[in-house]
Amino acid sequence: MADKATLASAEPVIRRRFLPQIAVSRLRFAPTLAAICLALIVVAAVFAPLIAPYDPIAMNPMERLAPASWAHPFGTDPYGRDVFSRTLYGAQISLIVGLGAAFVAVLVGLPLGLLAGFFRWIDAVLMRIMDGLMAIPSILLAIAIVSLAGSSLWTVLVAITIPEIPRVVRLVRSVVLSAREEPYVEAAIAVGSSLFKIMWRHLTPNTIAPLIVQGTYVCASAILTEAILSFLGAGIGTETPSWGNIMSEGRLYFQLKPGLVFWPGLFLSLCILSINILGDTARDVMDPRLGKGRAG
Amino acid sequence: MDASRMPEAKTEDVLVVEDLVVETAGRNSAKILSGVSLRVAPGETVCLVGESGSGKSVTSLATMGLLPKGALMARSGRILVEGEDVLTARPARLRQLRATRMSMIFQEPMTALNPVLTIERQLEEVLSAHSQMSAKERRDRIRGILELVRLPDVERMCRSHPHQLSGGQRQRVMIAMALVLEPKLLIADEPTTALDVTTQKEILRLIAEIQERLGTSVLFITHDMGVVADIATRVYVMRHGAIVEEGPIQRILEKPERDYTRDLLAAVPALHPREGRAAASREVVLSTSELGMVYRQPSLFRKRQGTVAAKDVNIKLKRGRTLGVVGESGSGKSTVARCVMRLIDPTEGSIRLRGEEIVGLSRGALRPMRKRIQMIFQDPNRSLNPRLTVGDSITEGPINYGSEPRAARERAMELLELVGLPADAVDRHPHQFSGGQRQRIAIARALAMEPDVLVADEAVSALDVSVQAQVLDLLDEIQTRLGIALLFITHDLRVAAQICDEVVVMQNGRVVEYGPTAEVLGNPREAYTRQLIEAAPGRHWDFPNFRPLAPGGPGSIEATA
Repeated sequence: MADKATLASAEPVIRRRFLPQIAVSRLRFAPTLAAICLALIVVAAVFAPLIAPYDPIAMNPMERLAPASWAHPFGTDPYGRDVFSRTLYGAQISLIVGLGAAFVAVLVGLPLGLLAGFFRWIDAVLMRIMDGLMAIPSILLAIAIVSLAGSSLWTVLVAITIPEIPRVVRLVRSVVLSAREEPYVEAAIAVGSSLFKIMWRHLTPNTIAPLIVQGTYVCASAILTEAILSFLGAGIGTETPSWGNIMSEGRLYFQLKPGLVFWPGLFLSLCILSINILGDTARDVMDPRLGKGRAG
Repeated sequence: MDASRMPEAKTEDVLVVEDLVVETAGRNSAKILSGVSLRVAPGETVCLVGESGSGKSVTSLATMGLLPKGALMARSGRILVEGEDVLTARPARLRQLRATRMSMIFQEPMTALNPVLTIERQLEEVLSAHSQMSAKERRDRIRGILELVRLPDVERMCRSHPHQLSGGQRQRVMIAMALVLEPKLLIADEPTTALDVTTQKEILRLIAEIQERLGTSVLFITHDMGVVADIATRVYVMRHGAIVEEGPIQRILEKPERDYTRDLLAAVPALHPREGRAAASREVVLSTSELGMVYRQPSLFRKRQGTVAAKDVNIKLKRGRTLGVVGESGSGKSTVARCVMRLIDPTEGSIRLRGEEIVGLSRGALRPMRKRIQMIFQDPNRSLNPRLTVGDSITEGPINYGSEPRAARERAMELLELVGLPADAVDRHPHQFSGGQRQRIAIARALAMEPDVLVADEAVSALDVSVQAQVLDLLDEIQTRLGIALLFITHDLRVAAQICDEVVVMQNGRVVEYGPTAEVLGNPREAYTRQLIEAAPGRHWDFPNFRPLAPGGPGSIEATA
């Protein structure tokens, strides 16, 4: 028996690397820059009332189309409103829409995906509905909803989120479909765990990592869609400064004052680029290749 | 072979590895191989044997120049293939060496073959990359080599894609691909581990035959002492990245010098069935009658003929007894286990658990029954949720049935001690344990439910032989102590012989033979059972006693006939 004991120690004990460790070792230039960039935009949005030198909707006919100066870093628009202040406040709208859409899409998509992945008959019905939703161009759907319900932040949010839900449902469903075949799920069935317990305790944790990644993409795409809707005049009311609205109003004066479109456009691009880069980084870090032995 | 020969590079040796040190790349490098030396002479079959993590695969990868870049690095030593050093060769030269002088076959032929190319295209690729043959010569060569590896209907094989072939055929294609340029050295890394015993036997015979025909040297990596006993001329035993012992096969098997080799051999379960045990109880805890499972593929236009996974399976398991279900892959043994567990619903027949019918019960009605029957899965890495602590995994079942979490936790600690783990393991995660320890945790989880029946589906197949022996001992001990009945699913006749009171032999979903282990394995009535026993590697050798089994001795079929 003593010999057996020495043999047992021959088995290697494999230790899993912890996520933070991997994140630090993979720290690279682009993600760092993206994180800083996004952090600045978030700060700008949160502290807009403190940073912005002017009221974003206060018109000042005396200062119409003023050039960039120390008083107006990005100049002023045809109504004499400070573009810098408006752009800062625009970040608020974009981030609310982006985060809100990602949050709601996950909140609705996760349970639907769990059900679809677990029950065949729900799967058959639900996924056809999702296919139907995906077939509708999202901007068209958003325009339809906004024109029916009137333009407000909330209708825009709903309009943008609905087309994103099927993507989340599909993702969760695919994760569940493979995870439910794992022996530990069968073991849970064997020890008499309820369906809810199996879904919550054994299946949901597998979806977290892919959902974080998908959430960043939803967020970026929602921000872009909101800007497009506003630009087309189907978004948030023109009285609210959003990046799309600012660009839409500045469009007419583009040749005269390119800054009216350029600055909000630059913020929009940087914001989306940063979110996407961070999403890619998150995907690389959580890549299942890092540990074949563990699920997810 | 004279073991005292100097390890210097002999010109006639096909492969000479000298003092090879391989480390992990990166700042905190760890030694994976610490000074491995070995030689392979022309025409010789050298076996490299060891348990998982011993470094045998790393040795073979280093020889092929295939160490994963950025992960493993050869620090020092030499690897001479026909006198040419692999470690210092340029990449282009290495590619050339790989096909023409040495080649490798792997464990899983499906992943080593390209699924979207036909067999002919894949072989052709090797030839056109490394030879100046004309198209006609290549065509003839391909057909020649496929015939050499004994593939039927060569023309059809040429046009086939890998998924159209069986596992054994795929491995033959891999061998053909490895040998098409007639290399001097063939490295085989567990080439038969994923195959059934009967297929394994054919592949081993094929390798031996080709070796004789072409004079190839073979470096064979395996964990299976049975295979070693059957094919090796010389053996290297590896452990912790170093060679523990080397010598001619006969000497290693008869007079192993090192304790480790001795332990490895002693842990190989004997093929000779153990003594029958007296039945402790007559109560039948689990029985099936005419159990059947047909998988039907739903089709849009017509009802397809389903795949019969099991048919007319009648088994009876008494309290405190062990019933083995043996068979090759696809024989339906796992289907039976999963039906009995009601993880899948059988399409016909009945299953009685302590006299109560469980087929057709709804999820709710089944719940009280689930307590009585528990399962141990094959792969302990996957049967424990990696995100839960050991304690949470073990207490999940009892809590489902109304145990107080605190009491369940205390019980879990007792069970961990019962299965030979420290009680403080409750708060750790599965990844902090080795494979054998994880299987112990899985056993503790099953025992927490206080079941009458334990279903073990290949529960020791993924474990190293020494760990396997310990887990089998544990199961045996638990059975005597708690009187649990065991339904033991395995493909390994040796394991079945050591643990089962009765054995069911299955083939293509049907029961071929069913009876006491000593009868079935000692005196098989059916040709298929006989075939299985004959295919068991190393069946002429009595490993634990370091001696050959004389024909007609215990364990051989003729003896008990």
